[in-house]
Amino acid sequence: MTPPPVPPVPPVPGTPRAEALAAAGERPPPTPSQTVGPFYGYALPFAKGGDMAPAGHPDTITVHGRVHDGAGQPIPDALLEFWQPAPDGSRAGAPGSLRRDPVTGEIVGRHGVDFTGFGRVATDADGHYTLRTLPPGGVPYISVCVFARGLLHHLFTRVYLPGPAGAGDPAADPLLASLPPRRRATLLAAPEGEKTYRFDIRLQGDGAHEETVFLDFG
Amino acid sequence: MPSTSDGTGPADRRAEAPPPRPASPPPAAERTGEAAAPPAPPAQEVISAEIAQTRQEYLKAVEGGGPRLDHPPRAYPPYRSSILRHPRQPLVAVRDPDAVELTGPVFGVTDVTELDADLTRRHAGEPLGERIRVTGRVLDGDGRPVRGQLVEIWQANAAGRYAHQRDQHPAPLDPNFTGAGRCLTDDEGRYAFTTIRPGAYPWRNHDNAWRPAHIHFSLFGAAFTQRLVTQMYFPGDPLFPFDPIMQSVTDDAARERLVARYEHDLSTPEWSLGYRWDIVLSGPAATWMEEGR
Ligand SMILES: [Fe+2]
Repeated sequence: MTPPPVPPVPPVPGTPRAEALAAAGERPPPTPSQTVGPFYGYALPFAKGGDMAPAGHPDTITVHGRVHDGAGQPIPDALLEFWQPAPDGSRAGAPGSLRRDPVTGEIVGRHGVDFTGFGRVATDADGHYTLRTLPPGGVPYISVCVFARGLLHHLFTRVYLPGPAGAGDPAADPLLASLPPRRRATLLAAPEGEKTYRFDIRLQGDGAHEETVFLDFG
Repeated sequence: MPSTSDGTGPADRRAEAPPPRPASPPPAAERTGEAAAPPAPPAQEVISAEIAQTRQEYLKAVEGGGPRLDHPPRAYPPYRSSILRHPRQPLVAVRDPDAVELTGPVFGVTDVTELDADLTRRHAGEPLGERIRVTGRVLDGDGRPVRGQLVEIWQANAAGRYAHQRDQHPAPLDPNFTGAGRCLTDDEGRYAFTTIRPGAYPWRNHDNAWRPAHIHFSLFGAAFTQRLVTQMYFPGDPLFPFDPIMQSVTDDAARERLVARYEHDLSTPEWSLGYRWDIVLSGPAATWMEEGR
């Protein structure tokens, strides 16, 4: 007489694998967002992260400003990422934003021939950031993704550049056209001297200042 | 009197400070005779009650036909730092098929070095702690692999301390562990890191607040819309129910997706334990990019 089969021990707990769902032809549900927290500083920002334009390029524009919270205080631990087309309108991007020294592993910066289209800047102790880039081709805006301690899910916004810096016309932009003037104003970079623009980001209105328009792409 | 009960204890020295709140009952400083101590932080019971309440409200909303939420709400009061750092106005929907955000940055072999994926080999000696291998696949919302994209991680050391000067948790720094890594996904969307299991650590959100052990992840997809920063947790951590950051994902099934699975086949005999964690990036992408990526 054969002994009864031994029942298997219960399976290991944990997340069902997205891979298994995908293999079964199901759409795997998204992984939830979590805050970037306060301690990303030695991992995410990189040297020359805000210098998207090759050093000394005559068309270089500077975009700078502060990130504020709902009490109007500057946020000293926000991380901003920028994405934009190259001046010729290409949206293909290019590798090499974090180009490394093969000997030391240090980040040596972009090589300046390809335009990578990607920038990353952490705000300083005063909540301030600076981006040096080339005018985006074909659209009047630079896309921004905001991360911060206290922000559980990143936020998207856009820096709209006025005049000849932007190849397009902001007035003809469908997003700008859809916004009431007070809201629209939060997306417009303010000229400040030659080829320099001010763009502040307010994660929450503080009563005196309008909250920045943030975007949902569905 | 030990300093841990009067608002100046080790947990209060973390950079993760709560935002200013209205005056609350007399601070504990009155007991110690100190001047101008900050208001007492809320007790864990207060935070836990808020967490339970928020979850209950979410369940009710879903029962009433409301949408299931994959992501945490940006306004999540139990996580005190969220209170002043979330927009109050609704997001503005952009459904422009020509939006730049439907494309995204690309990375390549010049952006990473071979050593970046092994966090245990960045210094002269071996870090202390339990050596682990963490691997999985990065997929898009249709289950397709996200190829050749940048994955970045950062974490505390085995004692629960970050190599960051603002982290003043009185746990030892490990001279052989920094805790930052990078890699590119392969053709099947796979990433893999060798590291050590991070420790839990205290923070200042509330009294006796501890974060469950976690690894921070940053991911890029085929489009900027698919950008994701998140945290991976370890199965069976007893701190899960107490942590407002993890519990900010109010949907039980979604929250479960933040937890890696121990996989014995990924363990290496007499060397390391293996965890698998797949990551799914949602968000639209320009269709013309699909062929090229
Ligand atoms: Fe952390």
